[in-house]
Amino acid sequence: MLVLILKILIPFLLIFNLLPLLIWVERKGSAYIQDRRGPNRASFFGIRLGGLLHTISDVIKLITKEDIIPAHVNKPFFILAPFLVLFVACVTYAVIPFAHPIEINGGIFTFQAADLNVGILYILAMSSLGVFGVLLAGWSSNNKYSLLGGLRSSAQMFSYEIAMGLALLSVLLLGGSLELSALIDDQTAAVWRWNFIRNPLAFILFLTAVFAEANRLPFDLPEGESELVAGYHVEYSSMKFAMFFMAEYAHMIVGSALITALFFGGWQVPFLSTEFLRTNAESGLFMVLLAHGVLFMIIGFFLLGKFKSGKYGDKRDYEVIVIGLPMTVIGLALGLYTLLHGSFQLGDMGRQVFAAVLQFGVFMAKILFFCWVFIWIRWTLPRFRYDQLMHLGWKVMIPLGLASVAGTAIVMVL
Amino acid sequence: MEHPFLPILLVFVMAALFTGAFLGLSAILGPKKPNPSKLSVYECGLEPVGDARERFSVKFFLIAMLFILFDIEVVFLIPWAVTYKGFIAEGMGLFMLIEMGIFMVILAIGLLYVWRKGALDWR
Amino acid sequence: MSEIFLFYLFGGLSVLMTLLMIFQTNPVASAIYLVGAFFGLAALYVLLSAPFVAVLQVLVYAGAIMVLFTFVIMLLNIRKEELVYDRVTWRKTAVVLTALFFAGFLIWHFLKIPVVPFAPVEEGFGEVHKVGRLMFSKYLIPFELTSVLLLVAIIGALVLGKKE
Repeated sequence: MLVLILKILIPFLLIFNLLPLLIWVERKGSAYIQDRRGPNRASFFGIRLGGLLHTISDVIKLITKEDIIPAHVNKPFFILAPFLVLFVACVTYAVIPFAHPIEINGGIFTFQAADLNVGILYILAMSSLGVFGVLLAGWSSNNKYSLLGGLRSSAQMFSYEIAMGLALLSVLLLGGSLELSALIDDQTAAVWRWNFIRNPLAFILFLTAVFAEANRLPFDLPEGESELVAGYHVEYSSMKFAMFFMAEYAHMIVGSALITALFFGGWQVPFLSTEFLRTNAESGLFMVLLAHGVLFMIIGFFLLGKFKSGKYGDKRDYEVIVIGLPMTVIGLALGLYTLLHGSFQLGDMGRQVFAAVLQFGVFMAKILFFCWVFIWIRWTLPRFRYDQLMHLGWKVMIPLGLASVAGTAIVMVL
Repeated sequence: MEHPFLPILLVFVMAALFTGAFLGLSAILGPKKPNPSKLSVYECGLEPVGDARERFSVKFFLIAMLFILFDIEVVFLIPWAVTYKGFIAEGMGLFMLIEMGIFMVILAIGLLYVWRKGALDWR
Repeated sequence: MSEIFLFYLFGGLSVLMTLLMIFQTNPVASAIYLVGAFFGLAALYVLLSAPFVAVLQVLVYAGAIMVLFTFVIMLLNIRKEELVYDRVTWRKTAVVLTALFFAGFLIWHFLKIPVVPFAPVEEGFGEVHKVGRLMFSKYLIPFELTSVLLLVAIIGALVLGKKE
């Protein structure tokens, strides 16, 4: 039971600790794309961490703001809507496997909260409920902008859900299972077996559909601020507004995890199978530790090199030292320890854990990469017009999806 | 051996608690100073005309209806997609392909019909 | 033991939600309660070791059909004052009481049928592979006919939707 609770809590906390980080990346990334500095003012005793503290101050601000419930709204649904939206975003992660299962005392320990044999359908079913939250938010606000935003958003979400389903079918054909772990196993560590190589069309369709489902630019028409102010959450304030915001980012993370699991081999380390990692765990550990030491040292030296006395004339000058020095020291210590220790001795258990940890790290790296793709595209592409959006969804994506399914099936039988 | 859906139940409970906590938190911590203009409809500062209980375009309704039908099509394709690999291994792949070919062609005709009738044009 | 408890929990939930749905005057609230009832039903399917059906229940009924219902309700946007209330008359009361009597009679007779426990389900029961195998061998023709049914439904939806 305790193991089960930990299995549920750890990925959950992981995702919800990634949220503020992702918001920071979004703000900072957009700033650099638009050639400005981005958030950099919030400080804690003069330490600014490059604007990272802004996210924390935002959270505090949002929690302590007045929670306005306008007089004209339909109160129970007005409160239910953000609850539903965030709830749906909170439960979808449950079936995502984070690493290859390991064996402990004859029992098998999986790195996923729930090992369902309907895996991927569970995610689809839950995210289809998200439409309700959006629709309710738009309707209960009793505001014309909200209503239009809610309608647009829900129409868009289910137009792209079909395309998403069709893209998914192509993957299910190749993998022959609904379980995400089985789909990942089927892709193996060989990169050319990953589904984005085996079926690039399905990958592009799925990526587009995930963007549309998450209501992110270029598909953020529901909140096209030039026409609808902020769409379905115009009337929301304080934490209820933040809940819509959090749900969007949680969807982004789960969507990235899904893209990774379905098309990029999930936790598979490129070219290194689980067996290979387990048999070579000792040298692998040596190399990984050494690489981390070197990486830390490089970043530390880079930061230390940026120190210039009197650059700003206040505490900001020393910021690079405060971060750079510990990193250099840690990197040096790690590197020296690894080199002096020489070869590591690992038991059977240790080998399995090493492989799992490495796979987990690789999986997270892939997820973060796709999160960055989300942000990158948002600040690069302009917004669609609504008729273009519907045209793309129904007249391009669905026929292409059908073609992808039929093509995959024909190639498989040949 | 615990039920495979037990974790899902726990996840649901946890998510409900977490989300409920957020709802409660802002209600407790935030100040409460309502005034009439704060509680009025947001319409970019103009005096609101009527409320939002208007009837809207039938287009949305049509799209929702078509969505259900195509969604059911996808749902019917799922068992096929999952068992397809197994059937190929048994040498029944071609049979399954033709079976699903018929199903998909009939639905493609449906899509084509909707398309030609202009229901997918958004004006 | 816990299974019995969960059965009553989710069964009770669906019954409660359905009752709430019926006794609501606000149609949107009714729709939301119906979604709750579908959730309870899905949980019951899970307890009956049919996870695939359970997920489809949520995906299709709660996620797609109920969205359409909500859409239609919002499309019509019936105001409270436009709603027509039925008056309770003696005749209606009599009809309801008779219906209740026969329902009770039926239930009482069903309860008298001795309970035969099912044989435990085999490995992989209710999984998508099993469902797929049955669908494409034994129930092939109904499956193909479904596509025709869906085609008719598409045409019907279009005819109704484009009328105005």
